[in-house]
Amino acid sequence: MGDIRVSGLGKAYKQYPGQWSRLAEWLMPVGKPRHVERWVLKDIDFHLHAGEAVGIVGANGAGKSTLLKLIAGTVRPTCGEIVAGGRVAAMLELGMGFHPDFTGRQNAVMGGQLLGLSLEEIARLMPAIEAFAEIGEYIDQPVRTYSSGMQMRLAFSVATAQRPDILIVDEALSVGDSYFQHKSFERIRTFRREGTTLLIVSHDRYAIQTVCDRAILMDSGRIRMQGPPVDVLDYYNAMMAEHNHQMIRQQALADGRVTTISGTGEASIIDARLLNQHDLPADTVEVGEPLRLQVRIRANVALSRLVLGFLLKDRLGQAIYGINTHRLEQPLEQLTAGEEVTYCFSFPARLGKGSYSVSLSLSREDSHLDKNFEWRDNALIFHVFNTRQEDFVGSSWLGAEVQITRHAQERPDTSSATSP
Amino acid sequence: MSLTLTRALWHYRGFILGSVKREFQARYRNSLLGAAWTVLQPVAMITVYTVVFSELMRTRLPGMNSPYAYSVFLCAGLLTWGLFGEILQRGQTVFLDNGNMIKKLNFPRICLPAITVINALVNFAITFSIFLIFLALTHSFPGWIALYAVPVLLVQIAFATGLGIIAGVLNVFFRDVGQFVNILLQFWFWFTPIIYSTATLPAAIRPWMALNPMTPLAQAYQGIFLYGQAPDWRTIWPVAVLAAVLCVAALVLFRRRAGEMVDEL
Repeated sequence: MGDIRVSGLGKAYKQYPGQWSRLAEWLMPVGKPRHVERWVLKDIDFHLHAGEAVGIVGANGAGKSTLLKLIAGTVRPTCGEIVAGGRVAAMLELGMGFHPDFTGRQNAVMGGQLLGLSLEEIARLMPAIEAFAEIGEYIDQPVRTYSSGMQMRLAFSVATAQRPDILIVDEALSVGDSYFQHKSFERIRTFRREGTTLLIVSHDRYAIQTVCDRAILMDSGRIRMQGPPVDVLDYYNAMMAEHNHQMIRQQALADGRVTTISGTGEASIIDARLLNQHDLPADTVEVGEPLRLQVRIRANVALSRLVLGFLLKDRLGQAIYGINTHRLEQPLEQLTAGEEVTYCFSFPARLGKGSYSVSLSLSREDSHLDKNFEWRDNALIFHVFNTRQEDFVGSSWLGAEVQITRHAQERPDTSSATSP
Repeated sequence: MSLTLTRALWHYRGFILGSVKREFQARYRNSLLGAAWTVLQPVAMITVYTVVFSELMRTRLPGMNSPYAYSVFLCAGLLTWGLFGEILQRGQTVFLDNGNMIKKLNFPRICLPAITVINALVNFAITFSIFLIFLALTHSFPGWIALYAVPVLLVQIAFATGLGIIAGVLNVFFRDVGQFVNILLQFWFWFTPIIYSTATLPAAIRPWMALNPMTPLAQAYQGIFLYGQAPDWRTIWPVAVLAAVLCVAALVLFRRRAGEMVDEL
């Protein structure tokens, strides 16, 4: 129950030069085919175990949504097969089939019936649907009076009213306010604990990293890479940077992490080190300790402009702090081929306990998407300990101070004073 | 193959009936009189035909003296043609109209034409019961012989459904089909003896009229409700065979093209 096995899966759309040739092919099935096959997915093989959560990432048109539709069963594969064990619930578009003139309740019933639920089952689930959607009295108002967020709350509540064996989600969670986003993620996590297999397409790095055990990178209809979400997303990030003249390589580091290096190679990072106040390499750092990030780079060709940036990420790959020399208003200009430069950033480690990684980027402009000379994920790793400061939670140390004033208690002896 | 389709329809009966109900409600949702409009429309139509044709134009059918004769004749053919036309016209767009739903949700697609047909039947049941009330009020109700209309209706529904699904599937691939069906329906209507009786036509044309499968059906209704005659079954059964063939062809076409259809929507 709940596992998905996809083997040799491919999907091609038929393309006819014109409507007449389609007609000709229909009427004369024996002749040579008059269409060309446009493959949008090819050679897709993977296996999802029950209870696993897998995120699919990739550029627009990489075939992510088609893959989900194939697994959801709305689109038929051209070749290969999909074996899905158990009930599949697909959220390819929320609020599908909602009628604006009917009330939320009526639409919820309809949505449930569309999922194949009986009226009794829907009646049993309705209180839970109402409670989860939290739209109050609006449940009995026409859906056309809803805000888009409310519509999506109701639709999500209906779609997840029953725990499916396999849940397929296509970007549907990126709408709605952050409160409901958290709530819906929580529900998905609960489903997972109870054994639901999750397959999710998202451009939201946070969503993939926090929910998924594994990520699959799609590129031009094929699986380019699969593995731990952080590694796949780093690779994807590098791939997105620039499509032309790019090399991307990943190296395994001593501690098992993977570093992704990509870029045109017009400039490269020769050396990067994190130093503490004693000029010693800082693998372990105390909260609040002053740090220096020293990066030596080389311009391999003559460059008109050069920007170096760094990004601190926490264990989950969330960006904690990032800055570059463009934003610090110190871009270098007119570098000669072979020129070497040393940068030194200094900052205090006002960070929470845990391990952090440093990514470095060499580019021409502010964004590495424009002209990426080199992008290096996980260039450095360090751990933050807290032995000197007060114990606190979170990823940044703000060093709060407290001032407390105790007020003299007022006596409730006057008859007019009533407690609220 | 039809077994799996039947099972799917049964399992989704809640959705089908819910959709029919919803579509019916949606039509009169924001109106004051609500469902009364469903009744008022056929009442108006019958009144207009009775007044205009029977009273003003003094139209008489051969051998009939009742002032209501022509409206009975007209309604018997026109209301049943309305059912046929509605199934065919809505059937040809049913997959196109629900394209997004077909692409995004996994449910048995055969539910969609089922909803269309049942919807048309509900509308027809309302208008036709008004007609039956009109017959009773004008003392022209033919009696138990009216039940003969049921098998004729079944043949007609099967004929329209088969044709509608075929047009619906083809229309996804060739939008010309939709345009063509609309034109075809206009010609078809005037080549079926609904407004006129075949008796008034030149003898040379009559055998050609018999080739139209809708002719025997229209004549059967007119015979039942105007003359109180049982239908001429010899003219009905070829239509029944044709309807069965069309239904099988529709199912085969639907099964074969359902997957490709999604790619085209």
